[in-house]
Amino acid sequence: MADATPKGVLTTPLFKNNPIALQVLGICSALAVTTSMSVSLVMSLAVIFVTAFSNLFVSLIRHHIPSSIRIIVQMTIIASLVIVVDQILKAYAYEMSKQLSVFVGLIITNCIVMGRAEGFAMQNSPKLSFLDGIGNGLGYGVILMTVGFIRELFGSGSVFGFTVLETVQNGGWYVPNGLLLLPPSAFFIIGMFIWVLRSLNPEQVEENEFKMKANTEPKEAV
Amino acid sequence: MEHYLSLFVASVFVENLALAFFLGMCTFIAVSKKVSAAFGLGIAVIVVLSISVPVNNLVYSFLLAEGALSWTGISGAENIDLSFLGLLSYIGVIAALVQILEMFLDKYVPALYNALGVFLPLITVNCAILGGVLFMVERNYNFGESVVYGFGSGVGWALAITALAGIREKLKYSDVPGSLQGLGITFITVGLMSLGFMSFSGIQL
Repeated sequence: MADATPKGVLTTPLFKNNPIALQVLGICSALAVTTSMSVSLVMSLAVIFVTAFSNLFVSLIRHHIPSSIRIIVQMTIIASLVIVVDQILKAYAYEMSKQLSVFVGLIITNCIVMGRAEGFAMQNSPKLSFLDGIGNGLGYGVILMTVGFIRELFGSGSVFGFTVLETVQNGGWYVPNGLLLLPPSAFFIIGMFIWVLRSLNPEQVEENEFKMKANTEPKEAV
Repeated sequence: MEHYLSLFVASVFVENLALAFFLGMCTFIAVSKKVSAAFGLGIAVIVVLSISVPVNNLVYSFLLAEGALSWTGISGAENIDLSFLGLLSYIGVIAALVQILEMFLDKYVPALYNALGVFLPLITVNCAILGGVLFMVERNYNFGESVVYGFGSGVGWALAITALAGIREKLKYSDVPGSLQGLGITFITVGLMSLGFMSFSGIQL
């Protein structure tokens, strides 16, 4: 990306080149923490923070990293940032950190963070890399929040913990769809999300490797 | 003995790393196009998980946990709590293990090395490995349990990726709507598999 502009690196990852939907990076945590919106919000903020700062630091020292040990250096930077996030969450939002359990730690192996550090920050200036980190974090956040919104609204009838659809248990009319709180629903929702995104941007559709040829040409058949 | 058996079954089926906790999804989706490749990666994950979970268990209980350093005999060592360094140490141990395993296989078991070659470096950043380790720490498994858990969860992951690859090989010949092609339909397939695996939940041995 030679013609990277500050605005471009910030906005393309949102929909055009979304890290989850198009590049299939970092879906592990995207699926696991989306049962409620507040958890997905915290997770998105954590990922935005880690991606932005790991990009910034990697880019700052990119001329001093020998290429043979660059993965370890990047890994150390990312792991240290994740420890900071983990400790802050444990100190100020203990309940939240219990709910996120191992998934905060798993930001280390989130391929978005690693992929951006390796693919973008190693070649670009600190300022651009920082923005790119924020952009990719936001792209991740958008999907996370959307999936979280659908799952919480239809699964437990609330948004951010506030009741929107009064459930039957509480004397309302809405029968919650329990499936949406279970793991499989996250796969379905992301699958549908990709379907919608690709229908809107046909150039992202994968080629069918095994497209069958018609047996006979219409002309020959006559 | 029974306790270990039920832990094994639970980690393979009920708490399947890939289908119930979504761990290692990136490689799970990317490498499941062919059964042979998926199987190779599955074996590699089993090997790395069943070594790295017990090793990290030792690291945690003898170096990092609160009061774990008391065996050194240094005064005041029983008050040291290094568990905040956990994440950094686990990933370091995993990366080092994978590297050592790669060199060891290259020297002594070249056949296996050639079969696994491409997949080994990939495994360092596979969240299934780090996830397995973190679950082991969170649930306070002892050494014996961590051996069983590491092996079992590896088998579960390998099972899931091989099954998915089998389905995807057949799926190539079916007529999928254009924009659902590839990634989209794979996600929905995985969702259905995960739904199937949920029927194992509640199994008690």
